Formats: sequence, C-alpha cells, structure tokens
Amino acid sequence: MREISLHILDVATNSIEAGASLIEIQVEEDTGSDLLWFTVKDNGKGMDKEFVKEVTNPFFTSRKSRKVGLGLSLLQAVCERCEGKLIIKSRLGTGTTVEATFRHSHIDRPPLGNIADTILGLILANPAVDFCYVHVYNGRKFHIDTREIKKVLRGVPIDSPDVAIWLRDYLRNGLKDISGGVKE
Amino acid sequence: MKTIQELEEIRKKTLEKISIRKDRKGTRVVVGMATCGIAAGARPVLLAFLEEVNKRGLKDVIVSQTGCIGVCEYEPIVEVYRPGEEKVTYVKMTPEKVARVVAEHLVNGKVVTEYTIGSYGK
Repeated sequence: MREISLHILDVATNSIEAGASLIEIQVEEDTGSDLLWFTVKDNGKGMDKEFVKEVTNPFFTSRKSRKVGLGLSLLQAVCERCEGKLIIKSRLGTGTTVEATFRHSHIDRPPLGNIADTILGLILANPAVDFCYVHVYNGRKFHIDTREIKKVLRGVPIDSPDVAIWLRDYLRNGLKDISGGVKE
Repeated sequence: MKTIQELEEIRKKTLEKISIRKDRKGTRVVVGMATCGIAAGARPVLLAFLEEVNKRGLKDVIVSQTGCIGVCEYEPIVEVYRPGEEKVTYVKMTPEKVARVVAEHLVNGKVVTEYTIGSYGK
C-alpha cells in the first residue's frame, strides 16, 4: 500500500463487510505536534475479544478464499515503523473503531495520497451506507456527511450522475482549501 | 467552491430529467476491493467505471464493490453481470481498459475477450 488513503479504504471496506450502515472517518494532520491520525468507526456487527486479539495476525482472516489476512497487519506495521500505533476497539453487536497514528514527519510515513477518491469511491459504490468524513488540517476543518446530503436530495439517489460530479468537486475543492493546496 | 445550494439545483434538474433509475435490475459491475485488490490498484479502476458510466449516462448500470474474489494475483478484478448472460470476469484491470469495457461491453454488449480471465497469459 503506497498511500495511507488506501489503508483507509481497506479498513472502511471491512466495515462494509461487517454490515455497517454508518461509517465515520476522521483524518487529522497537525504539523505542529507532528502527528497524522485517522479513525474509522462503524456500527457493524463488531468482533469478540478473541477475534480482536487475532485480527492483526497476518495468518488469521475471516475470509474463506485465502488463509491470510494482510490488511490490518500491514497497517499496524506501517504505524509502528512511523513511531505510531494501531488501536482496535470493538464490541460484538455494536461496532468497531480502528485508530491509527503516525509521526507526520517520519521518513517512512507513506503520503496520505488521494483521500478524496477514497471517500468518493466509498460513497458512490455503497449508496445505501452513510458516511461521515471529517478532515482537519492544522486546525482547518472540512466535513461531509451523506445523511445531510440525502436530506437535501430528498429521494434523488446519491449516485446519480450530476450528484456524483458535485460530490467529486466538493471533496476535491474542500480538501484543497483546508490544506492550502499543499500536495505531498 | 461547491455549495449545498448547488446540490438543491442538481436535485431539481435530476428530477425533471428522468424517471430516475427505478429499474435497478440492469447491469451490475462489481470491483474487488479487498486488501489485495486495493493494493493492486482497484481504487482508480472503480473511479474510472463510475466516471465512464456517468459520462455516458448509462442509467441501468450499477457500479459497486465487493471483497476478495479469490484470485489475488489477477487483481484488480472486475465482474460484470448482465441479465440473462453469464458472468464475465475481467482481470488485471486499469483505468485505460475500463473505457473499452464500458464502450464495448456495457454499451454494445460485446465482451472484451482479451481482458477476461480466460485469455490471461495466453
């Protein structure tokens, strides 16, 4: 995985597999305290204690098509390589929260990458799931919540062509605004 | 800057334009988005499908994501389901290949055989 935004897509995809109807994603970049932090919180089926303990073990997976599960193990390795850590909290029947931290300036930290496309892809490919995305860059905040958007749309599907283009531009422009157009 | 007001306009326009996608029984495009797919480049493939389908106004096509399809070495993998036809599995997809699959398969009903799993490596 070359971008942190791809890890976020991977974790959020787990939430979809867990049957979540609401996925809250938050990314915070603070160059002052030299921290990059993200969380993915869902209201999916959750995991029991034993499952949580095993979930970063690469030789443990819930899928049937392979005997390895690399998603969270890779993410944990990246966090630890960058003086951060991965924390997974889950309750059966309630949901799961995955929290990852990195030292922002660490030489091994992958770029955040194209987070706008991660969020756009999730929203458009899963129109029945709600997403709340908050991005804070040095105190400046961008947020998008599909529950608010669906309220405005009143029955018009969120994946209709013109809405999709609006979402794309809203995300791209909004994220550019808070970061001052700085690209990694 | 994009605003919520614009969204309200879009809503009105969309409502006037169509009897929006009431028929959801059309073609399904499913992109494999487990760790293996994402690492191999599934995100730009998914985005390319969404853009192409939108650009051409294909109202009966649904683009969605799924987990691991099981042959990770061929990722990014895309499955196309059309009513009354057998499932078609495209492998090692790229955004460039997407344009052709949309034009030839989704629009004209002709499978792009050279991108399918059956032709791979031949």
